[in-house]
Amino acid sequence: MSTLEIKDLHVSIETEQGTKEILKGVSLTIKTGETHAIMGPNGSGKSTLASTIAGHPRYTVTSGSITLDGEDVLGMSVDERARAGVFLAMQYPVEVPGVTMTNFLRTAKTAIDGEVPALRTWTKDVKAAMQELRIDADFAQRNVNEGFSGGEKKRVEILQLELFKPKFAVLDETDSGLDVDALKVVSEGVNRAHSTGNMGTLLITHYTRILRYIKPDFVHVFVDGKVVEEGGPELADRLEEEGYDRYLSGAGAAVAPAAQA
Amino acid sequence: MTETTTEKARIGAPSAQPYINGFTEEGENLSPINADGTVTAPSSGPLAGDSAKGHSHGGGVGVPDSSRAGRLTSYKLEDFKALTGLEEDWRFTPLRRLRGLHTEALNGAAPSVSVTAPAGVTVETVGREDKRIGSAGIPEDRVSANAWANFTEATVITVPAETSLDSEVSVVLAGNGSEASAQHVVIVAEKFSKALVVLGHEGSAVVSENVEIVLEDGAELTVVSLQEWNDDSVHASSQQARIGRDAKFKHIVVSLGGNLVRVTPTARFAAPGGEVELFGLYFADAGQHLEHRTYVDHAQPNCVSNVLYKGALQGKDAHTVWVGDVLIQKQAEGTDSYEKNQNLVLTDGCRADSVPNLEIETGLIEGAGHASATGRFDDEHLFYLMARGIPEDVARHLVVRGFLNEIIQKIKVPAIEERLTDAVERELAAGDN
Repeated sequence: MSTLEIKDLHVSIETEQGTKEILKGVSLTIKTGETHAIMGPNGSGKSTLASTIAGHPRYTVTSGSITLDGEDVLGMSVDERARAGVFLAMQYPVEVPGVTMTNFLRTAKTAIDGEVPALRTWTKDVKAAMQELRIDADFAQRNVNEGFSGGEKKRVEILQLELFKPKFAVLDETDSGLDVDALKVVSEGVNRAHSTGNMGTLLITHYTRILRYIKPDFVHVFVDGKVVEEGGPELADRLEEEGYDRYLSGAGAAVAPAAQA
Repeated sequence: MTETTTEKARIGAPSAQPYINGFTEEGENLSPINADGTVTAPSSGPLAGDSAKGHSHGGGVGVPDSSRAGRLTSYKLEDFKALTGLEEDWRFTPLRRLRGLHTEALNGAAPSVSVTAPAGVTVETVGREDKRIGSAGIPEDRVSANAWANFTEATVITVPAETSLDSEVSVVLAGNGSEASAQHVVIVAEKFSKALVVLGHEGSAVVSENVEIVLEDGAELTVVSLQEWNDDSVHASSQQARIGRDAKFKHIVVSLGGNLVRVTPTARFAAPGGEVELFGLYFADAGQHLEHRTYVDHAQPNCVSNVLYKGALQGKDAHTVWVGDVLIQKQAEGTDSYEKNQNLVLTDGCRADSVPNLEIETGLIEGAGHASATGRFDDEHLFYLMARGIPEDVARHLVVRGFLNEIIQKIKVPAIEERLTDAVERELAAGDN
């Protein structure tokens, strides 16, 4: 049983107009076996939270803390966080030139586990996981994400989730840009990983659609860098019907209009 | 083929039309090292090198302007004008770093040559009058002609007819001096022979080198040219191959060390049915200038050529140049050719120039393609790999190794592949400091 704890997190970025605070005091506790959905309109800071947990250098934590079983996550480098068990499924996975998927997966697995995976079972595991996610076998020989479609990239993110077996998975809008079939395949992958009982999931999404396939235990509504409402799965149903308007009319002034466009 | 189609196919091959006023071909004035203030641009247009002037054309039928067929070739140094740095084929090269290879008499001590060859191979040291001198090459630029004018002895390596070597011929050219020198090597693969020759350049030298490579009918020859010089070396190498009927030539250039390295491999088909593969791998560190100019002359029908050069750059003022010329002459029907250059920029402050030139004078060909891509390894790539637990140095190495491995794998000789993999690792390790 592990706990990922975020306490009063304030995060800012540098823009051309100066420093801008994106997260304005976020607190959140996720335990192994739980699925938390973070929902909110564009520009509310959802993805900033995801990137900050993973340690993207663009984001500066000005105060607050993130701990994993009491260990200071913010004090760790990006790769150390991954090795500690934090996995970020990226919204826009980049293409990495010159590195085949096979080589990449094996290198990452080796880094995370601290030892080279047993060749025989590893190859078999990769093959099986690819099949379940309906990823073509020839992807193994292609360079990481190179020439993959949007949906293929997302499936490859979930492939990594299944193979690396993190303690906590942060899914940053994994559902965006997916058609229904791909959404199902990807959701099944997340559910498979989750069903091992050894993982906590932080599911960040703009839409309620994915919540038909991945059932959250908790729903947090994000507006303007803060959690404005929390509840169980019923909150997601309500958001599906009502949208975010009711939060925006209240806190509307603080949300940049451009971000909603 | 109709005239119209032929003309279309020649887009990119400059014709006799004047250039657009005010437009200069990129790169012309980009090297301030070359322009010393007294130089004025040639009046005949930016693409017109010496070949556009009223010179005798050593090779070919006088296609005007910068068509590769019209470039001046000559054994005589005096036929080549003094370089200004504005010539099409020198515009990227920092002439001031050539250490006199283009201006001085090359009478310094040339790198010593030691050859290790399996039984059956003939290795000779010959004088200038040997009849094999000039059998495959003719200087295509002033620096090459300067070496031709100044070399005193040549090494001739002959693989006898119908001999298939079971191990490689290793030629070590070890530099031990800083005076401008001239070198000459001739490699002859006789009829139906099969061989691999490795030219290993090492040590410190300032040298202009001519390598002539003859493939007689049906020969299969691989030549690997390794530039693992010390950091102070300057090396210009013209490596010209003449490809006989149904002969197969594989040429692999690996440039890692040296202050300035400029390798210009040329493959000319002398008879139909030949196959040429020109591969290159280079890794430029801070301050290094690594330049490669390939040329495949499809002068015969039904020949195949494939050119692939890949390079990595890291550090301030690391500069690489690849210029790939492919000329498919009118009579070269059934030609199949492709050329590609890819560069990976690892840090800020590097510069990769990449120029594919394709001239096609007949439409009756199988294929003719070219591609060039220069990409960078940036913070987002690094973040992605590190977010998967991979430490920064491992991530960097992973990318470069993967990228360059495509060329190393072409060599197909485990010992050399291993040696090159190690050499790339050393380059990478140097970049970590």
